[in-house]
Amino acid sequence: MPETEATATAGTDTGAGQQTGTEKSGQGAGTGASGGRPGRINTGPGKLLVTLYGIFTVGAASRSIVQLSTRFHEAPLAYVLSAVAAVVYAFITLALVRGGENARRAALVCCCVELLGVLGVGTWTLVEPSAFPDSTVWSDYGMGYLFIPVLLPVTGLWWLRRSRTAEG
Amino acid sequence: MLTPLTVALGVAALALAAWCGWAAYRDQPTKDWHFIGMAVVTLLALVQLVVGIVQLARGEEPADGKVIFLSYQIGVVACVPVVGLISLTERTKWGSLTVVAGAVVLAVLQVRLHDIWGGGTGA
Repeated sequence: MPETEATATAGTDTGAGQQTGTEKSGQGAGTGASGGRPGRINTGPGKLLVTLYGIFTVGAASRSIVQLSTRFHEAPLAYVLSAVAAVVYAFITLALVRGGENARRAALVCCCVELLGVLGVGTWTLVEPSAFPDSTVWSDYGMGYLFIPVLLPVTGLWWLRRSRTAEG
Repeated sequence: MLTPLTVALGVAALALAAWCGWAAYRDQPTKDWHFIGMAVVTLLALVQLVVGIVQLARGEEPADGKVIFLSYQIGVVACVPVVGLISLTERTKWGSLTVVAGAVVLAVLQVRLHDIWGGGTGA
C-alpha cells in the first residue's frame, strides 16, 4: 500500500525539479514544510544528506581507486576497506536519490552497515594499528574526516526512520 | 603553487559558507546574490586550475604526484557549481545548507591541495 504512494510522490518530485526556474512557487511550497514533506526521503534535510553522501562517495571512491591502482601492496587491508566504504556510500546515495519505500528500506539497511563499518573499523584501527600501515576513510572513527563518517550514518538512520513515521 | 590564491579561495569559500549559513538560519533559500557569490568562488577555482596546469606544464612536480593534484583541483572546481544546482532544486533553507556543506568542503580541499603540492610543508 505505501508502495504506490511512494512512487506517486517520486513522480511529482521529478516534476518539481524541472520547473526550478519558477522560483516563487517552489519557495512558497518549501517554507510551509521546512522539515521536509512527509514520506519523502530526497527533499528537505534529505537533499542535504544526499549531497553529503555524494561528496563522500566521490571522495572515498577516487581515493580507493588511486590507492588500489598505484600502491595496493603497501596496505591492502586499508585500501580494500576504503573501497568497501565507497561502495556503501554509493549505494546509499543512489537509494536516497531514487526515493520511495523500497529505496528507503535499502538505505536504512546500508546505513546500519555503514555505522557498523565505522565503529568496527574504527575500533580495529585503535586496537591493532599494525594491521593498517595507511589509514582508511573509517580509521579512528573517521577522525581524518572531522568525524563526519560516524555522524553521517547516525543522521541518515534518524532521517530515514523519521520519514517513515511521517508517512504513517 | 600560488599560496595567496589558495588562501584567498579558502577564505572566499568560508565566507560563502557563512553567508549561506546565515540564509539558512533565517529560513531562506539561496537567492541571486548567493549565486553571484558562488560564481565568484567558482571563478577563483577556475583561475587556480589554470595556474595549476600552467605550473605542471612548466615542469613543476607536486609532492604527491600530478594525478592526485589534478583530481583534487577538478574537485575544487566542480564542488560549488554542483551544490549550487542542488540548491536550485531545493528552494528551502536546506538548499542553503547544502551550499554551506559544499563551500566548507572546498575550504578543506584547499588545505589538502596545499599539502599535496608541498608535501605538508611545516608539518
